[in-house]
Amino acid sequence: MRRAPTNKVSRRKFVTAGLAATAGVSGLAAAAALAKRYGLIPPDSGGIYGPGETLTYAAQRLLTRHSLAREFPRSMISKVPFANEIAPLNDPFKRFQAGGFRDWRLSVGGMVAQPASLSLSDLRSFPVRSQITEVVCEEGWSYVAQWIGTPLHEILNASGILPQARYIVYFSIEPDWWESIDMADAVHPQTLLTYAMNDGDLPVGFGGPLRLRVPRQLGYKSVKFITRLTVTDSLKGFGKGLGGANPEGGYAWYAGI
Amino acid sequence: MLSDVPDAASLRNSEHPRHAVFVRVTHWITAICFFALLISGAEIVISHPRFYWGETGNDLTPPLFKIPIPASRNLVPTGYGYVLPDQNGWSRYLHFQAAWAAVLTGLLYAIWGLWTGHFRSNLFPAPAERTWRSAWGVMSKHIRLKRPDPADALSYNVLQRAAYLMVIFVLFPLVIWTGLALSPGFNSAVPAGVNLLGGRQSARTLHFFISAFLLLFLIVHVAMIVLAGFTSRMRAMITGTTIAGTATTGPTMTSIATAPQQRVGEERI
Repeated sequence: MRRAPTNKVSRRKFVTAGLAATAGVSGLAAAAALAKRYGLIPPDSGGIYGPGETLTYAAQRLLTRHSLAREFPRSMISKVPFANEIAPLNDPFKRFQAGGFRDWRLSVGGMVAQPASLSLSDLRSFPVRSQITEVVCEEGWSYVAQWIGTPLHEILNASGILPQARYIVYFSIEPDWWESIDMADAVHPQTLLTYAMNDGDLPVGFGGPLRLRVPRQLGYKSVKFITRLTVTDSLKGFGKGLGGANPEGGYAWYAGI
Repeated sequence: MLSDVPDAASLRNSEHPRHAVFVRVTHWITAICFFALLISGAEIVISHPRFYWGETGNDLTPPLFKIPIPASRNLVPTGYGYVLPDQNGWSRYLHFQAAWAAVLTGLLYAIWGLWTGHFRSNLFPAPAERTWRSAWGVMSKHIRLKRPDPADALSYNVLQRAAYLMVIFVLFPLVIWTGLALSPGFNSAVPAGVNLLGGRQSARTLHFFISAFLLLFLIVHVAMIVLAGFTSRMRAMITGTTIAGTATTGPTMTSIATAPQQRVGEERI
């Protein structure tokens, strides 16, 4: 004789599914709250690709907060580094270039105790870091070079960065070229305000006189011709609030992947 | 519990599906993700259709090989007089989102497959099938394009098992590994991941070839489904049911936890 336990099973299934769904939803809500508290939500977390982007950024921040980008022996420095294409340089840049970049200034402002305006020789008076790291383009190509400059955290410390700071926004002299990084990358020892490359001054094609190198992220975060840094607790007031020109052009804000 | 033993008629109906619902759901999620990864991956390649070996490579260094297509970047020497539009923004977003969905689905599938014995009973060849003679028997049937037996609808043959195991346990892990080795952030945490592959450009080239093997698998997989009977095989993977009359004997694919000696004609309750 077959009993028909279907009602019982389906009720149990229903209860189980209900519990699982409740646990799932509250788990997600708790995860979202925790992620927000620990700064694991990227500025481009909205939209259809938000879930994947948030997973990537959160996973990387849990895994890579302090890890160092690979450094290479001198023998692996690329004989022919690739500068990539840049738009024709604007007149203000050409005027600085004509003066040998002696008047080039990096302004540091926002949430700092002492805003500053630093010349290239001011920057050279800070501790120097030299590292042989790879430039990795999102298109697929790469090269290795030696990069010499001032670690960004030296400048931030000297300016008295305020505790509520969460992002550093940095701007090129070229219009509509800006990006931002979180504090994990800002205070990272390999994040360099780079003024020299392979034992010479940083060539213009590679971002000279001053480029912010972020070697744990793709090349598009290493903006060329840096003139301004702003320390902030929110990216909402900058452009469309996505944290950079590339995110506004449809690229991910976090480019560690 | 004897009263719960199904009669012959119930073996034939949809209560005993060809594929477990878990297999069907994860199969189609993976299929959608793979399609998204393939499209977005191909699009990303268009921005630099050159491949290298070792750590570095760019437009100024000799490639290992090039794909003879136009590029979506101005400086790539392709030989074409025009440049395609840049689509990498959404392609990269989609690629990583689909990768997350595929990896999480794959993790659930792997846990489920080990837990229920799905791999052991449905994918690893039975001892009798682990012979060249058995494999050759299946191969010769394929070569002669013989229609599959009705019983073939109920269990994977040894070639299918080998192909699925290869995809699940070799190609998928390799494509994930080589993909992760392209992430500068991940590489900073786990440098061995990229170093063991021989450098960043080697990892990229391997990622491309493993993806090509997965595409080859997809083409053969779909071709086999068409040859074996598109409607019945698709129905089996969507609804779980086989065509009435074919499922009269033998175990179905959901008898996953059945011990090998019980496999013939017995249903686990």
